[in-house]
Amino acid sequence: MSEWIKICPLEEIPRLGSRVVQTGKGDVAVFRNGSDEVFALRDQCPHKGGPLSQGIVFDRKVTCPLHGWTVQLDSGEAVAPDCGCTHRYRARVGKGEVYLNLS
Amino acid sequence: MTTTNKTRLVVIGNGMAGMRTLEELLKLAPDMYDVTVFGAEPHGNYNRILLSPVLAGEMTIRDIMLNDVDWYAQNGITLHLNKTVTRIDRARRKVIADDGTEADYDRLLLATGSNPVMLPVPGIDLHGVVAYRDIKDTDEMIEAASRYRHAVVIGGGLLGLEAANGLRLRGMDVTVVHLMPWLMERQLDRTAANLLQQSLEAKGLKFKLEKQTAELVAGESGRVSAIKFKDGETLPADLVVMAVGIRPNTGLAEAAGLHCDRGVVVDDTMQTYDPRIYAVGECVSHRGIAYGLVAPLFEQAKVCANHLAQLGISRYTGSVTSTKLKVTGIDLFSAGDFIGGEGAEEIVLSDPSCGVYKKLVVKQDKIVGSVLYGDTADGSWYFQLLRDGQNIRELRGRLMSGQSHLGNSGHQGQNNAASMPDDMEVCGCNGVCKGTIVKAIKEKGLFTLNDVRKHTKASASCGSCTGLVEQILASTVGGAYQPADVSRKPLCGCTDYTHEEVRKAIIERKLKSIPEAMGFFEWRNVNGCASCRPALNYYLLCAWPHDYIDDPQSRFINERAHANIQKDGTYSVIPRIYGGVTTPAQLKRIAEVAEKYAVPSLKLTGGQRIDLLGVKKEDLPKVWADLDMPSGFAYGKSIRTVKTCVGSEWCRFGVQDSTSLGIALEKALDRMWAPHKVKLAVSGCPRNCAEATIKDVGIVGVDSGWEIYVAGNGGIKAEVSLFLVKVKSAEEVMEYASAFIQLYREEARYLDRTVHWVQRVGMDYVKKRIVADATGRKALHERLKDALRDEKDPWQERVHGAAAREFVPIRFQPGIGSA
Repeated sequence: MSEWIKICPLEEIPRLGSRVVQTGKGDVAVFRNGSDEVFALRDQCPHKGGPLSQGIVFDRKVTCPLHGWTVQLDSGEAVAPDCGCTHRYRARVGKGEVYLNLS
Repeated sequence: MTTTNKTRLVVIGNGMAGMRTLEELLKLAPDMYDVTVFGAEPHGNYNRILLSPVLAGEMTIRDIMLNDVDWYAQNGITLHLNKTVTRIDRARRKVIADDGTEADYDRLLLATGSNPVMLPVPGIDLHGVVAYRDIKDTDEMIEAASRYRHAVVIGGGLLGLEAANGLRLRGMDVTVVHLMPWLMERQLDRTAANLLQQSLEAKGLKFKLEKQTAELVAGESGRVSAIKFKDGETLPADLVVMAVGIRPNTGLAEAAGLHCDRGVVVDDTMQTYDPRIYAVGECVSHRGIAYGLVAPLFEQAKVCANHLAQLGISRYTGSVTSTKLKVTGIDLFSAGDFIGGEGAEEIVLSDPSCGVYKKLVVKQDKIVGSVLYGDTADGSWYFQLLRDGQNIRELRGRLMSGQSHLGNSGHQGQNNAASMPDDMEVCGCNGVCKGTIVKAIKEKGLFTLNDVRKHTKASASCGSCTGLVEQILASTVGGAYQPADVSRKPLCGCTDYTHEEVRKAIIERKLKSIPEAMGFFEWRNVNGCASCRPALNYYLLCAWPHDYIDDPQSRFINERAHANIQKDGTYSVIPRIYGGVTTPAQLKRIAEVAEKYAVPSLKLTGGQRIDLLGVKKEDLPKVWADLDMPSGFAYGKSIRTVKTCVGSEWCRFGVQDSTSLGIALEKALDRMWAPHKVKLAVSGCPRNCAEATIKDVGIVGVDSGWEIYVAGNGGIKAEVSLFLVKVKSAEEVMEYASAFIQLYREEARYLDRTVHWVQRVGMDYVKKRIVADATGRKALHERLKDALRDEKDPWQERVHGAAAREFVPIRFQPGIGSA
């Protein structure tokens, strides 16, 4: 089953920023990078559970605000030499709207 | 041979200099070249400096590999091992190896290293006579140690002594023969050398000083059996190790007609006289110097890579080198000019019975050289002071006691890395032990503090153990250790430009946004990173206080949300309470807000205010609205608080009204962003109850006026502030304090506290700008006032709807708006 849910217009997420989406599976961070790509990750750093949604976004990465781990937006993997992974969800943009798929 | 149209780069020499250059090049321009490497040895690139521990049986060859064969494959590099290049055809731009292999080049990098000097004496070709340069020599020595008894090492320099020590540990009877009157005469003075000799003798080594070798005598088997000196004396010798020096390996370059003078002559960009050919490492002669230590090679590699990548912005201007002897149990460090001479003074600490000798050579208030024996814990610190050319006049009386005695309370009293057990914690923030750091350094081939931070996290948080980590690094990698060059610190990994260069261009080129600044300096990453964006945002804000549009996405979350993020993702709210003076109405309001929003914890802060901890992010604007108090900026690289004592209004000892002055200062500096947090305090008498002497700016009232202190710090490393000036009136305090803070805002690097900045520029400079130059001081004060004139309270702005979506989560509602 794959259900795409519209969450907000793209411009509601700041470029190089994110929004928190509250879901039944916990908070999901939806990011928008400099090239207007969108990504969704569980809002918990693989290190100590910090809210990745609050981090600084660059390229396809986000730096966690708590201890500075950098996590890859397109895979959820921590950038080496750190090691760990946070759950990635599918997100996409269609006609200016952002869609999220939690399945 | 190549199939692509890429520019072809051929590297002759598969050693540390050549491969470090390639590594740096791959970082800068991974796809620019088709690379081919020729190596005369049958191995990948290994850490030649660690051959001594291998010989001593403390490490294995596998431990010292830096780039194994897979690394070349992974990076698409064609590797020719076991092939010695015998000719460079510059006209046809190709190199030819001894087995006939050819490779065409567009750019050629020479990294042919050096050859050992062999004494021109009879018997030099006998079996059992070896140099000490590579894995083959080392294997031969290990093999000899298992079968023979007597070893003679010719040469009492660094390499010779390490070889002798290794052979002794492998059970041989070792004599070191040296031409000069004392050991390591190029690194040590006589006193230190004598101490060293005694320690080595205690380990079982024998020495023959001022001995000239006449002949190596063959035994019956054709193997060397004895060494004969000019004075007629002979010693039995089954193994002779030549360690009398090295000579740049320039044969190939000379045959190709490249200009050589002792080494292959290069300019400051590491280019030879043929513009297509670069050279790095021990084969090079730069400004008349051929280096035989590894740290300069790494610096050269970095510059060379920059030019090979066609960035063209860096120059190699020569190196100051330091030496550490890698003999377990012996601590020896030497750097710079340790003999001194005209105009030089010596500071000496000599304690022969403890085996400690320390000498610093000082010229015009700067360290120019040092020799340390027995206790080398502060070697890297002295070397840093030497390299930076830092004025040590104010440190002078305490220099010998070492860095740990400079008011440094962050090291748990532990400052000798070498004597620490492996399981002792080094980094208290990240729980990293010495053993973990040493293991990472050895296994991952780390050479710099930054590498160690990345891989182990040691010293990556608060940084108070940085010195200790540097010591561990220095004692683990020895001469390969490169202290960071703090005088030229790139802003971050996205650029090679320094903070200062970037700040200057922002003003001169009128750069007014982050993309403009990144574009001007050709930032390597298009959005920068989490280090440079906040720095650039601050620099732009400071340069153009009214024009620059703040970029919230380039601010750390605390400054974006105007509250402090906590470990569970909630926030803390600290309203401003000017001078720590509150009212019953204010306290009631805080209490009501705390109840209304079920704030889990209320705490009095060290800055004389009240912290509401555990507020949910979406509640922040409502909490601020109900509090109706200004933001305390407790979350920012900004003005924090002005702590005050009660002062003359109530206190029976008070001589000045510290409370009123503190409130006035806090109001004047309200909403001020800075390179880092800024804390002030005002005390109403010399009893100093407001603890003003550990603040960025501390004011102490005396009967006749106010004393102003600056650059104190009560944090990671307690630093007592320095006296700036004494003034008569509160107005003058305002002017001097503001001017000092504005100078800090304009000239410090982002994330420098005032103490770090003042330590770098010196208190003399600060006094010159703030005390001596009245016009400049007034101008600074005016600029600060101007910068702050239209700053608005961020909480009030958000209460009235600014940045609303920052605080509002989106609810995920399946079934509504599905697509």
